[in-house]
Amino acid sequence: MFRTSFKTAAAVIALALPAVSPAGAAAPEEKVLNIFNWSDYIAPDTIANFEKATGIKVNYDVFDSNEVLEAKLLAGQSGYDLVVPTASFLERQIKAGVFQTLDKTALTNYANLDPAIVARIAKHDPENARAMPYTWGTIGIGYNPDKIKERLGTDTITSWDVLFKPEISAKLKDCGIAILDSPSEVMAIALNYAGLDPNSEKKEDLDAGKAVLQGLRPNVKYFHSSQYINDLANGSVCVAVGYNGDMLQARNRAAEAKNGVPVRYSIPSEGTLMWFDVMAIPNDARHPQNAHAFLNYLLQPDVIAAVTNTVNFANANKAATALVNEAVRTDPGIYPSDAVREKLFAQKSHTVKFDRLLTRAWTELKTGR
Amino acid sequence: MSGGDHTAAQAAPGQGVASRPGPGPAVSWLGQRLRLRVPKGLGRGVVSGIPLGWLLVFFLLPFAVVLKISLADTAIAMPPYTALLDWDGEAVATLQLNFGKYLFLLEDTLYLAAYAGSLKVAAVSTLFCLLIGYPMALFIARQPAERRPLWLALVILPFWTSLLLRVYAWIGLLQHNGVINNILISLGIIDQPLVMMQTDFAVYLGVVYTYLPFMVLPLYATLEKLDDTLLEAAADLGSAPWKAFLTVTLPLSRPGMVAGSMLVFIPAVGEFVIPALMGGPDTLMIGRVLWDEFFNNRDWPMASAVAVVMMVVLVIPVMLLRNGQNKTAEHG
Repeated sequence: MFRTSFKTAAAVIALALPAVSPAGAAAPEEKVLNIFNWSDYIAPDTIANFEKATGIKVNYDVFDSNEVLEAKLLAGQSGYDLVVPTASFLERQIKAGVFQTLDKTALTNYANLDPAIVARIAKHDPENARAMPYTWGTIGIGYNPDKIKERLGTDTITSWDVLFKPEISAKLKDCGIAILDSPSEVMAIALNYAGLDPNSEKKEDLDAGKAVLQGLRPNVKYFHSSQYINDLANGSVCVAVGYNGDMLQARNRAAEAKNGVPVRYSIPSEGTLMWFDVMAIPNDARHPQNAHAFLNYLLQPDVIAAVTNTVNFANANKAATALVNEAVRTDPGIYPSDAVREKLFAQKSHTVKFDRLLTRAWTELKTGR
Repeated sequence: MSGGDHTAAQAAPGQGVASRPGPGPAVSWLGQRLRLRVPKGLGRGVVSGIPLGWLLVFFLLPFAVVLKISLADTAIAMPPYTALLDWDGEAVATLQLNFGKYLFLLEDTLYLAAYAGSLKVAAVSTLFCLLIGYPMALFIARQPAERRPLWLALVILPFWTSLLLRVYAWIGLLQHNGVINNILISLGIIDQPLVMMQTDFAVYLGVVYTYLPFMVLPLYATLEKLDDTLLEAAADLGSAPWKAFLTVTLPLSRPGMVAGSMLVFIPAVGEFVIPALMGGPDTLMIGRVLWDEFFNNRDWPMASAVAVVMMVVLVIPVMLLRNGQNKTAEHG
């Protein structure tokens, strides 16, 4: 019976039909806006205040990795009107034709943005045509100063040496080293440390970067993109490479738990990767006008300052800096000094060919093959 | 192949009987026809149509789509692969099949190692499930009938909680400052925490724990139906209990062992969540490689090729098991 039905069914395989995309309508929009943002990435009352002010009902969904967002966007018909990719990912998504051009006349508060940051983002988004800067940050070292002091004799980390010099990282192995599971970002940092162009796509540079990471590999406890937040806060790891806001979140969690675990964040002196999260509207969005209204709302200094106070990531709104809590505004891990900013570099998107080499090298590194 | 002929041969005499005009009045003949033919044909159609439709819609169609994507090439576009069929709008249609992804699968040892890694984890876990699940199933089957539902409920109980929550519960037990380490340290048995998370041990533990019920339930169903008098006969003829178990119970429970092993082995090969959350960075499994291809490399054709080959890798051992089972059925 099994075989019979299998044979019959196999004879009528149909191939997938190409998706049909509905034409965008210029008619007045229904009062709905579908937003897809990172988890824990907005102030508690941002959405409620917007709904109250405009009468637009917001459906708010969250994701936790650029890769997941990108897979949805490239599949098409995601159903979202506003999404928040990182600029290096946005660059390739623009090439794939995912996003529509922003209507700057609808963004009356656009002049509040910091021109220096807008200029940096233009390298990913030509003429800043399709993306509005939201927040930005760095990838650095989060650590437990007590445990570092026991092992290294100092409670401050200022250099990537603690990880990339195997003789130093070996001393930290027993208290736990966690590394961000993000091949492109960690490799860029290793290349920069080795004195190479962090955006290089040369095979020999990749090998050099891999060699730097291979020295660290035996001392790494795990590679993961968010687990370190909890583990730093509860003392399961003592050093983690990850996003600055996450490290501050770990510090706050430890303080809430009153477990006496201290957490600090350091931007190493050799410099590190600076990333920008931006907001953009997919071509097939059904409520582009509402999306523009929300973008313009976020451009208000008081609105975006409240976001920064909640998420501990700097925003790109120059007019908002004065409204940010002093503790956040003066934290060098969130708003680094100009001298430190000089050392930060941005990441370009890679070719498919290089992505494959990189993922391959990363798998080899992780599995120790 | 022979199955099809068999079904057809069965259907023919049935029709012959029903269509033969009976000696009685026409009305009774019609009633007979209605009663016999309509429900029979319809019922058979519905009964075989449901699994057929299910197979078509939820297995073959998605598989055809995956196969199609695996033969395309990567592109920076929406969706991120090339079309197989190019039609210039008038007369010329070009079909372009790209087998490069499959060739690359063979060239690069990473994929081979990942398939081997997954098969190893699945095989070892299946063995442990069998070793742990068999005594459990036997124990439940030998309980008085009124107590069996309680024991079975205890086996099924973990399913009432989401898999993700149960995995996180294990993390809470096993981690560096988790429950187990804290208890052992406070009892003075160890003075340094044991490293249990992010190891192969944690992966095996997670997989065996998760899939154990799939082994116990089919084993129980087989063992419960075993004829106790066979064991009595063995005892009467002077067989020791362990020998009776080895020569009577064990061979007769083989269908349950095969079914349970398949239910554990197949999903364990493609397992992604448990190795991702509990395994170490050196745990190389095909689920992880597939994720990397799809999300990190944005190479949907490659990810699809990995999935197609995984199906083939899975179908072969299942076929072998099925054959083994058919042979037992024939001999038994």
